[in-house]
Amino acid sequence: MSTTTPPALKEWPLWEVFVRSKQGLEHKHCGSLHASDAQHALQMARDVYTRRQEGVSIWVVPSATITASEPDDKAELFDPAASKIYRHPTFYVLPDEVGHM
Amino acid sequence: MYTQALDLPPAPEDKGTVRLAHTAPDHAHLQAAFDRRIDADGRIEPQDWMPEAYRKTLVRQISQHAHSEIVGMLPEGNWISRAPSLKRKSILIAKVQDEAGHGLYLYSAAETLGTSRDEMLAALHSGKAKYSSIFNYPTLSWADVGVIGWLVDGAAIMNQIPLCRCSYGPYARAMVRVCKEESFHQRQGYEALLSMMKGTAEQRALVQDAVNRWWWKCLAMFGPPDDQSPNSAQGMRWGIKRISNDELRQKFVDATVPQAELLGVTLPDPDLKWNDARQHYDYGAIDWDEFWATVNGNGPCNKERLATRVKAWNDGQWLRDAALAHARKETQRTMQEAA
Repeated sequence: MSTTTPPALKEWPLWEVFVRSKQGLEHKHCGSLHASDAQHALQMARDVYTRRQEGVSIWVVPSATITASEPDDKAELFDPAASKIYRHPTFYVLPDEVGHM
Repeated sequence: MYTQALDLPPAPEDKGTVRLAHTAPDHAHLQAAFDRRIDADGRIEPQDWMPEAYRKTLVRQISQHAHSEIVGMLPEGNWISRAPSLKRKSILIAKVQDEAGHGLYLYSAAETLGTSRDEMLAALHSGKAKYSSIFNYPTLSWADVGVIGWLVDGAAIMNQIPLCRCSYGPYARAMVRVCKEESFHQRQGYEALLSMMKGTAEQRALVQDAVNRWWWKCLAMFGPPDDQSPNSAQGMRWGIKRISNDELRQKFVDATVPQAELLGVTLPDPDLKWNDARQHYDYGAIDWDEFWATVNGNGPCNKERLATRVKAWNDGQWLRDAALAHARKETQRTMQEAA
């Protein structure tokens, strides 16, 4: 067991909220909120983000656990795909006789 | 709304953001890239570089907007226990709860700029931060609740719709959510007034009295005239402000006059008349001295509103502490069991 006590927190920690709008669709990020723990965050998310039946399921994730790419790395990460047009079906010109493919 | 956590340097134990190896571009280059994106009507996201003044302006504007939603609960909240029917009471509770929600969306958006919730609340509670002056007027009768929905929320909608296209992504996304819900606020207010206008002469008089008291305050809500609004040009340049104060005010007047006719009330402005050449309604002069007096703390309810808000915050301190203490205890219990 750890002997250190958790640092004194003034604010409730921040959580990211993801809502599944209906069965069959993915959870989508819809915002963030402060709550004391995960259960509390779920209850808060219900009140803050689903007052009009916007969802059928909620995920809450501690904001600090999210790893994000850097905006400065955008070109390095994503631009290489721009030249690879052969990855798209429209790159291939087929005779009309083939019909829908 | 993305999160503050993405915008702050990662704590040692956090994963934070992963930076690929490269050298940081210089300031002029960053500023040029920012300007290009704004000029192309692009969006700025929390992790993007932005000029300090842009960040500061947004923090001020979004937090004031959030404070307005929170303080805005007070004048209407006063009427929950006195609503004339269960139906009206349920509607009013839902509306006031929405205002709380709007405040929370906006605080979250402001936090993405690197300011903490506690800092913003401290600024509100100390009186350093402003909120919309419209909430420093009293709600004297039930008709005021209807008029707030119809006119105050109506004016807010005019202001807020262009903000859905604001250059700062988290603010724009919060405003999309707010605007969707705001339409209910205006419609319920107008409908409540329609019922009163179908009632007794006394009820109709209450509606007219409330309209008389709120009309000019609502016109002032759009802010000073364009030629006396020094920050507007910069806000426009940054894509934070899309439509000028006077333009929004005119849109509001044009939209409201026919609604007032349908309702059967008069708007308290002898100069209000259709101008065929302009294809707009002309309206009289706004009392800006009164507006600034209220902004500067001397409105009828400034002290009361702030005191109520501070008391609510202080009275809730034990609960916030208890929730945190409980969460810590649970964590420790889990760790003990795992050990």
